[in-house]
Amino acid sequence: MTVPVHLRQDETFVLNLGPQHPATHGVLRVKLTMDGEYVVKAEPVLGYIHRMHEKMAEEGTFVQFFPNTARMDYLHALAFNHGWALVVEKAAGIEVPERAEYIRVITVELNRIASHLLWWAAFLLDLGGFTPLLYAFDDREKIIDLLERITGSRLTYSYMRFGGVYNDIDDEFIAGTRDFIKRLRGRMPRLYHDLVTHNIILIKRIKDIGLVSAEQCRRYGATGPVARGSGINYDIRKNEPYSVYPEFDFEVPVFNEGDSMARYMVRMHEMEQSMRIIEQALDKLPGGPVMGKAPKVLKPEAGYYYSAVETARGSLGHRLVCDGGKNPYKLKLRSPTFCNLSLFGEVAEGMLLADALAFMGSLDLVIPEIDR
Amino acid sequence: MSGYLSEIVTGGKSLITGLAITAREFFRPVVTEQYPWEVPTMTPLFRGHIELIANEETGEPNCVVCGMCQRACPSACISLDGKKNESGKGKVLTRYILDFTKCSLCGLCVESCNFNALRFSKDYNLASFDKNDFIMDMLKRLEEQNRCKH
Amino acid sequence: METSMWRALLYLVGIMAFAGVNAAWLGWCERKGAARIQRRIGPCEAGFAGLMQPLADGLKLMSKQLLVPQGVDGIIFRVAPVLAMIPAITSMAVIPFSENIGARAMELSVLLLFALASIGMIAILLGGWASGNKYAIISAARGVSQNLAYEIPMLLTVITVVLISGSMNLREIALTQQGGFWHWNIFRLENGHFLTMWISFIIFFICSVAETNRAPFDMAEAESELVAGFMTEYGSMGFGLFMMGEYLNIVVGACLTATLFLGGWDCPFGLTPGVWWFLIKIYILIFTFIWIRWTYPRTQIYRLLNLSWKILIPFSLANLLVTAALIKVF
Repeated sequence: MTVPVHLRQDETFVLNLGPQHPATHGVLRVKLTMDGEYVVKAEPVLGYIHRMHEKMAEEGTFVQFFPNTARMDYLHALAFNHGWALVVEKAAGIEVPERAEYIRVITVELNRIASHLLWWAAFLLDLGGFTPLLYAFDDREKIIDLLERITGSRLTYSYMRFGGVYNDIDDEFIAGTRDFIKRLRGRMPRLYHDLVTHNIILIKRIKDIGLVSAEQCRRYGATGPVARGSGINYDIRKNEPYSVYPEFDFEVPVFNEGDSMARYMVRMHEMEQSMRIIEQALDKLPGGPVMGKAPKVLKPEAGYYYSAVETARGSLGHRLVCDGGKNPYKLKLRSPTFCNLSLFGEVAEGMLLADALAFMGSLDLVIPEIDR
Repeated sequence: MSGYLSEIVTGGKSLITGLAITAREFFRPVVTEQYPWEVPTMTPLFRGHIELIANEETGEPNCVVCGMCQRACPSACISLDGKKNESGKGKVLTRYILDFTKCSLCGLCVESCNFNALRFSKDYNLASFDKNDFIMDMLKRLEEQNRCKH
Repeated sequence: METSMWRALLYLVGIMAFAGVNAAWLGWCERKGAARIQRRIGPCEAGFAGLMQPLADGLKLMSKQLLVPQGVDGIIFRVAPVLAMIPAITSMAVIPFSENIGARAMELSVLLLFALASIGMIAILLGGWASGNKYAIISAARGVSQNLAYEIPMLLTVITVVLISGSMNLREIALTQQGGFWHWNIFRLENGHFLTMWISFIIFFICSVAETNRAPFDMAEAESELVAGFMTEYGSMGFGLFMMGEYLNIVVGACLTATLFLGGWDCPFGLTPGVWWFLIKIYILIFTFIWIRWTYPRTQIYRLLNLSWKILIPFSLANLLVTAALIKVF
């Protein structure tokens, strides 16, 4: 779909996909300059939910930042917990026992499946299919019940600590997780793929929409399923491994087309790969303590530390500056969704409004993570 | 031309499959837990707001007013006071207020207590019209719990 | 037929009652149907199985403030919802519910129904334009182009039925299909028409889903993109009237499908024809409308128009030619 390039001022109008809109997930404002139904210019305006998390990190001690980590990207909160734990353990030189590492991987992957299920549900809701939301939430409820058994919370987990995790897992959790994986594998082909993925209406709606080339991804720094849908084979878990990921045998799905269908398929395959990782981790789970030795008052050596983890949306980086005191001197978070969203301004030009919204849905945006 | 027709055929088949799946789901039982009549039980590790643990025999709180929970809280929710213990050493708790409107259920207070004085309660259906209902007096709660036990 | 005033009054009250009950309780059917497909319960608190829910909703809508924003075109803004209801109720005057129940059996009733459907389309356009809201204008423009595109294949398929039955009078069309399901127009075993009639039925059904702005063709009220489309600025009873008009359009579409293709008031085995078979057929069709809505996502506007202009119109033209040829040959 092409659009005439030279338009006069009075031939276009400005539509505010306002901060309150059913399709922008969170408070995102997009100023669209439109010519009829075509988008001529798209400008995302951020900052409606800026809550100064990075400043709050400077005000409290290291361990007091854990509740904040969950509230930034509430859909994959355990990965944010994990990222913060990793960077401070690197700074202070704290060792984590093996059982704790395995528990961390199991819970992070369960949370990744939950995040992708919610993305699938919300994406289809934007496109007008209301029923898959309920089917996906049925499965997500099982995951959340499992995680509630061991962490005590349902959405904003403050479960990890420096040196391990807060609570140990019990046999019921392990049995429940195995049941859940069997159940989801049974439901996937029918309720997820037959009903939605192979549906001709959906295919026509997202195939060849929102083409993002690999070069555009590199320019904007897009990572995660957005980059893997455009052919860039980069996953922090494989390329810069952390924790016990090298011990698991899993694949990283990469599709080359770069359209919304490719990003959709990347996430569906990622759910299957996460299930593989969880099964292997449950089989290999060692015994032992779940909390290593960590000093009560943490005072890491002064310096600059960086570490990255792979969340459901891309590569999350923590850049920590310590000055030897018990508070961090400065923390900067590299948010994956911020870079993914910046693709929107360039790619949405010339698209129809409904196509632009389908493209935004396929980017999997969580606005509180952008604004922090 | 053949692509046109084959697309119509496969498209039509996918639509019919979709209808069959929703028809089948129509006849399966409802998964809703109908809340006021079917109440969920909370798991042992569920994090409700914190509460004081009482000594088994005396019914007094285990708290020695060290102030570690107050210092550990990132949101400054806890405020406590104690007075000197006349018969013995240490301090006795006179006031323990939790401002639940700011609590983020992180668990740093429970973790930091060395005297087994705090635990998570299992209260989940808290709703009120007044903000002051959530500035909770823990000593009063402990008294009511002791009264209900006997 | 006598034209006594009592008969006219009785039919007037009867049709208004039928329309009112359907418009209100179809909302209940839709919510319960959607809920069961999604494995939830739906309305269950207001009355037994939630049957009083439409009354509660009506009461709520009537008690809200009828907001007329500043800057709208005053008269058109207020007229548009009423205009959405009028064609739907008026169409019921010509529908034959049974051999002896039918308000007016006109010679050109098929033509009347399509003329009234176009008035419904104008109501959407007026509502969207008069709101003065950019979302509403986009949705009204989409709605008009969609309705226009789908009227054409609809008319072409109805012409095939008229050719076979030989009249445009709905009652006559239904009378030629009496005697068991093998006489119904969808099957039509004589003269080789069974080859083409089921295609007509499918095309007509798809067009009626599109004409009534139901998912997967609900571009005009696309909930997740355009907030509420042309109904964004309407509160209280304005919104209520648009919703009721939409449900009544569905009822009229189902009645038309049942009369043209499924034999009207005929029993499948020809035993006890009567109005109850007519009602069973339209409610099965309405359930199918609901079933389709909650299964598929929405199409894109150009795919929608492609479906009409590039697929449905060629097929319906070919269908018409084959039917006419078969009539000539046999």
